Amino acid sequence: MPRYGMVIDTRKCVGCQDCVIACKTENNVPVGYNRDWIVTESHGKYPNIQMEIRTERCNHCSETPCVSCCPTGASHIHDVGGVVLITHEVCIGCKACVQACPYDARFIHPDGYADKCTFCIHRVEEGLKPACVEVCPTYCMYFGDLDDPNSEVSILLQSRKWHVNLPDAGTQPNIFYLT
Amino acid sequence: MNSLSRRKFLKISGATIATAAVLASSAKSIVNAAENVTKKNGLQIIPSYCDLCFWKCGLLAYVKDGKLWKVEGNPKDPLSNGRLCPRGTGGVGAHYDTERLKSPLIRKNLRGEEKWVEVTWNEAFDYIADKMNKMKATYGPEAMALFSHGIGGNFIKHLLRAFGSPNETAPSFAQCRGPREVGFELTFGDVVGSPERTDIENAKCIVLIGSHLGENMHNTQVQEFSHAVEKGASIIVVDPRFSVAASKAKYYLPIKPGTDMALLLAWMSVIVNEKLYDADYISKYGNGFEQFAAEVSQYTPEWAYIETGIDPELIRETAREMVRYKPATLIHPGRHATWYGDDAQRSRAIALLNALMGSWGRKGGFYVPYSYSIPKYPYPSYPELMKEPLDNPNGKYPFATGEQISTGIREATITGQPYPIKGWFIYGTNLMQALPNRDETIKALQNLDLMVVVDVIPSEIAGWADVVLPESVYLERYDDLNASPFREGFVGIRQPAVEEPNDQKPNWWMAKKLGEKLGLGAYFPWKDIEEYLDIRLKLAGHSLTEIKKEGIIKGPKKPIYYDNGVEPEFLTPSGKIEFYSTQLAKAGFDPVPRYTKHPEPPVGYFRLLYGRAPVHTFSKTQSNPILADLMSENEIWVNADLAEKYGMKTGDRIKLKNQDGVISDPIKVRATERIRQDCVYMVHGFGQKSRQLRSTYKKGASDAELVTKYNTDPLMGGTAMNVNFVTFEMEV
Repeated sequence: MPRYGMVIDTRKCVGCQDCVIACKTENNVPVGYNRDWIVTESHGKYPNIQMEIRTERCNHCSETPCVSCCPTGASHIHDVGGVVLITHEVCIGCKACVQACPYDARFIHPDGYADKCTFCIHRVEEGLKPACVEVCPTYCMYFGDLDDPNSEVSILLQSRKWHVNLPDAGTQPNIFYLT
Repeated sequence: MNSLSRRKFLKISGATIATAAVLASSAKSIVNAAENVTKKNGLQIIPSYCDLCFWKCGLLAYVKDGKLWKVEGNPKDPLSNGRLCPRGTGGVGAHYDTERLKSPLIRKNLRGEEKWVEVTWNEAFDYIADKMNKMKATYGPEAMALFSHGIGGNFIKHLLRAFGSPNETAPSFAQCRGPREVGFELTFGDVVGSPERTDIENAKCIVLIGSHLGENMHNTQVQEFSHAVEKGASIIVVDPRFSVAASKAKYYLPIKPGTDMALLLAWMSVIVNEKLYDADYISKYGNGFEQFAAEVSQYTPEWAYIETGIDPELIRETAREMVRYKPATLIHPGRHATWYGDDAQRSRAIALLNALMGSWGRKGGFYVPYSYSIPKYPYPSYPELMKEPLDNPNGKYPFATGEQISTGIREATITGQPYPIKGWFIYGTNLMQALPNRDETIKALQNLDLMVVVDVIPSEIAGWADVVLPESVYLERYDDLNASPFREGFVGIRQPAVEEPNDQKPNWWMAKKLGEKLGLGAYFPWKDIEEYLDIRLKLAGHSLTEIKKEGIIKGPKKPIYYDNGVEPEFLTPSGKIEFYSTQLAKAGFDPVPRYTKHPEPPVGYFRLLYGRAPVHTFSKTQSNPILADLMSENEIWVNADLAEKYGMKTGDRIKLKNQDGVISDPIKVRATERIRQDCVYMVHGFGQKSRQLRSTYKKGASDAELVTKYNTDPLMGGTAMNVNFVTFEMEV
């Protein structure tokens, strides 16, 4: 059984937000909300600046505070790929998961349910890549099975330096940033 | 808690509009286009090409249950490689934009008051044709001028030529890439062109001088830049602002604005004095190298340091870095080159630096592009022109060749010399943001008997028109064929995926109907554009039915480098690369570029710089609901220490006042370490003043409004706009 994850090459990302827009149109995300977003971090004093640009979203963690806190079972781990999903019909919009997520990846959809990135599981199950990965004009995003040592994502993680967001949160995130 | 009532409560409390709700608006799909559509799970997928900028990327429009769902890149298209930029991906919003023009309008009150009467297309065409015929009788057909941007203007250009006017221009020359094309043509005998012939993908060293790839999203260039970064290309970025590209660079040169020529000359002196140039290439293809070398050898890095503020050792080191990878060293020519007034000469210096690398015509430098040849439609010949174009009287700007000077036409409209201009036809360009010094534009248009604007939105320039004609957006219409010069020959088609929501019409239809009203029906012999396109394609051995299927037809592959079969050809007077330009010397200009010291901002003022953001194109896309959701206003970048000195924090709203006392709309401060202290920066296209475009009205500030001063390039008439200084007005 696969364990889906993403590897994002921050050396290539230009922060253009194409991933954000592709997600919005693919998934009909309402105006005013995003399931993914860009973070630009810069340090130093002009002109000696170091800067990292990265695209962020739900980390589809292996340890999931958002799932364990959910009172209805709407927030759950999908039986394929370990993807964290929300059953909209079951969700009561109580915001417990919104509070629990250390990455601020969830929001309450205007229709009343918690919403976030699904890794475009509807596409992945058809053999396609997530919309954000497919659109990226810098080819900085990779999606695949972290448990398969021969997958593109595994090979990248073996050959390049990387970090995850909030490693101390204990969530074991499945999105990795190449530096 | 009852989940339904909970949801209902949230729905009422949420102050947002769902995209899904917008999707439920009135558009219908084109049913008769079934034969060219791939059907999958009830979806229609229609190939076309984009119009969110001038790059013309191939796309696939997805129509679900008759409604436009999403737009993706066409994998068969060599420009997009199946990946659009954020604007193209958000192109869906152009169709659903609720602020679009919906019907033809005729002005009711004074120009610029934006009071209109809605009219029928027939009434609009009668009004225009009557004015144009009277103008022709009184002043001659050349009194009508066209400002046009984008391929959609082709049929209107044809109409104006059939009418008998030679005056047709676009701001893309004198307000943008003109100096670059002239500088390269003077040197290599050919222009850089669009898409740029830069072989970024194969470059081993890339030098960007003020060119912010990644923030300007020229799709193929950004894709190739990313591949080059991945392959470990050495990147050198010269910019007063620490751009996104700078964050990918091995060397960042924080140059003082206005001094780029000093850096270029110093680089060339290092390369010449240390004899690091490609001697074989230069002896084969160069002309006047000795004179050039003698001239540039004087510009030491120590001299350049005083001008540019760049450490002399860094200048030497980066010069040697470029040499290390030659000829696969690309000193990028940029695109928007109208900066200081000596821009054609600065572009020529960039061309010469590339010539020293031997990169023109070589892999990793500049490839030799070619187009798929599609014959023109066999129209009857145009009427003989009675007068010359008036944009450049007596060749005042002797090297403004090939394209007309938009600001020259504006000038003639003000003065009536050398002959009167009484009509402006404006297609797809917001002159209020594109041309410098807004007052001159307003003064010119007050002299007109007729001003017609064709646009998809009520742009600022549309607000000044007598007649506004609402155009279908690109996803709703056919346009002319696109055969961009590129790495490979191809022809692409734009075809409708959905119908117009209201009474909008395609430009080809407007041109034909207005042509018929003007008695020029013989110039529009085709029944409709499908017949026009089919005839053109059949002349090339193809057909409309064939191209509609995949949206693209590719031609045979040809070599694109001197090293693999392209015969070098330099269409200069010497037939070689002109290191020393005799034609410039003859015309009284510097035959080898020299340094001009440009005025610096007075104390308390800062140079206003402007550029692009990935999600917007000029001032065309700000009302697109998807793109506006990600960027609805611009910010003024201010160095963090400077901001602190003035007591400004990120998020504060201030106004900017320029050297002529013009005050901007309020704009948010972005206090940042990513910019020098002698300049400020904003993204172009905001601070719009069209009252009909409510979502963008005075959102952010307009750099164009603050560009009251401009220097004119004496070689080619380009209007340099980085010469304005602003100060901060805290009281908002």
